[in-house]
Amino acid sequence: MSRQRGDVVVETRGLCMHFGGVRAVDQVDFTLFDRELRCLIGPNGAGKSTFFKCLTGQLTPTAGEVMIRGQTMTGAEPFEVASLGVGIKTQVPNVFDGLTAEENIWISARRWHDDRRAKTVTADTIERLRLGDIRKTQLGRLAHGQRQWVELGMVVAAEPWLVLLDEPAAGMTHEETFRTAELIEEINTTAALIVVEHDMQFIRMISRKVTLFHEGSILMEDTMDAISADKRAREIYLGHRA
Amino acid sequence: MNNGILRQMRPTFVCAFLGLVFMFAAPQVLQLFTIINLTTAIALAVLALSLALVWGYGGILCFGQVAFFGLGAYVYTISAINFGGSTWAIVMAVLVTSAFAAALGYFIFYGRVSDVYLGVITLTVTLIFFSLIRRTSGPEYKIGNALLGGFNGVSSPPINLPWDSRTFLFPEHVFYVAMAALILCYLFTGWLVNTKFGRVCVAIRENELRAELLGYDSRLYKLGIFTIGAGIAAIGGVLFCNGVGRITPDVFSLYNAALTIIWVIVGGRGTLIGPIGATFALFYLTSALGGQSLFNNNLVLGAILIIFVLLVPKGVAPTVVDWINARRKPAAGRVRRRRNTRAEGAE
Repeated sequence: MSRQRGDVVVETRGLCMHFGGVRAVDQVDFTLFDRELRCLIGPNGAGKSTFFKCLTGQLTPTAGEVMIRGQTMTGAEPFEVASLGVGIKTQVPNVFDGLTAEENIWISARRWHDDRRAKTVTADTIERLRLGDIRKTQLGRLAHGQRQWVELGMVVAAEPWLVLLDEPAAGMTHEETFRTAELIEEINTTAALIVVEHDMQFIRMISRKVTLFHEGSILMEDTMDAISADKRAREIYLGHRA
Repeated sequence: MNNGILRQMRPTFVCAFLGLVFMFAAPQVLQLFTIINLTTAIALAVLALSLALVWGYGGILCFGQVAFFGLGAYVYTISAINFGGSTWAIVMAVLVTSAFAAALGYFIFYGRVSDVYLGVITLTVTLIFFSLIRRTSGPEYKIGNALLGGFNGVSSPPINLPWDSRTFLFPEHVFYVAMAALILCYLFTGWLVNTKFGRVCVAIRENELRAELLGYDSRLYKLGIFTIGAGIAAIGGVLFCNGVGRITPDVFSLYNAALTIIWVIVGGRGTLIGPIGATFALFYLTSALGGQSLFNNNLVLGAILIIFVLLVPKGVAPTVVDWINARRKPAAGRVRRRRNTRAEGAE
């Protein structure tokens, strides 16, 4: 399938996710174009992560539609979303603790490639993410930041065309954060990305267009500079941090 | 990858070879009575192997693995009586049991039933078999020519040579068949856990959500390993009713269901040889305890389970493997660390 810059790859229409009376996500219309890098920000409880979970199939929306590359994926299973070629990283590190870093990445590569190619892709990914030292270490014994990196490795090894990252820099050191930003730029040369983040500095490193969530809805969509300059945005979000 | 799989299976081949040696040596040195007894132990070891696969690698705590074992034995016995030969009866036993497991598993896995309820459901199915078949003592409970016989059970026709229903195997020959079946099942499962399918199953055991987020349909993989495990348990059931000579509903009892779990806990989850070894050890321990009246049999088994859960929670085989690795590693670790320090110094 040929892809062009400017094609819509993710679209939601009237997306709602209600838990009882709580409207975690309410009437969200969202559009992401191919090769776009979009950050989702907002204060705690703004609905970013819930929105993210609706996109990845971890939650079935109460109402509305999720379309990924024109296909309706509302209420799809997570594996169905991933099987479209979507790479997903959740907020809490989700890795295979009992397996080594190499095996973790192999499992991801093997989903898309035959055995020989999967091995090559695994070796390449390990080199690319500089995971050589921990290649044979069980994930359960690694530090938080390293586990995050292995998880990013799993996302990269699948060679996705759309990448969804929920707080990729959470709990990372300054240097790791910087490298993550670099990696995201690199992924962005071949894939569209949605990044949910809290870390303002990190967002400034990578952002082009930012979507600001507030109380389950999109408050505004603009560059980080414009959002920082907006009075209402400062009040609900940036103001809290200052 | 074929080379890779063979390399990873090296310990499996060593164990299989030792099994082969045992298979040919045992009848030379042991008495016939012991050999017949051993056949029963081998049948139970196949059952333990099936749970070692389903629970140890698939992460599915099936509390009713013995249901597939007993079902296999019953299907074999009833088919052998009706067909007048064992060849197709064995095939039937494996196919019917697998089909039953696939149907049961479909509702469990595609219904996304959680782990705890899976244990409850499989145990309940076992106990349903237990009380259902116990009530089939009248002459009206007949499948073809085979009377189900209620709690007295049915006597099982012995295995005959393939497609020669008049040449029955003697007990010592059944021992060879059982041992060969155990070794083949062991090699098969040893191969399976090293294939893509097996490794994805392990990944799902480790983190089901992550496996799904990589694009694997965990329901399908779990159903697959559950069904294969049931087929292997059925083979164990066929061997069991041949070793004992009959099959009774007691096979579906809570005692047996729990015993299967104990074998795997003692032997160690995540290995295949551990539960096999534990089955033999506990089988002989129970036999030995049966000969004395000082201690209650179940009391001793219960004590063993508690001791293992508290002191050797991983089970025997993984603990031994860890111990060997720990003895081997320090040297390698030191070299590695030194190399890393040098690399850091160079930077």
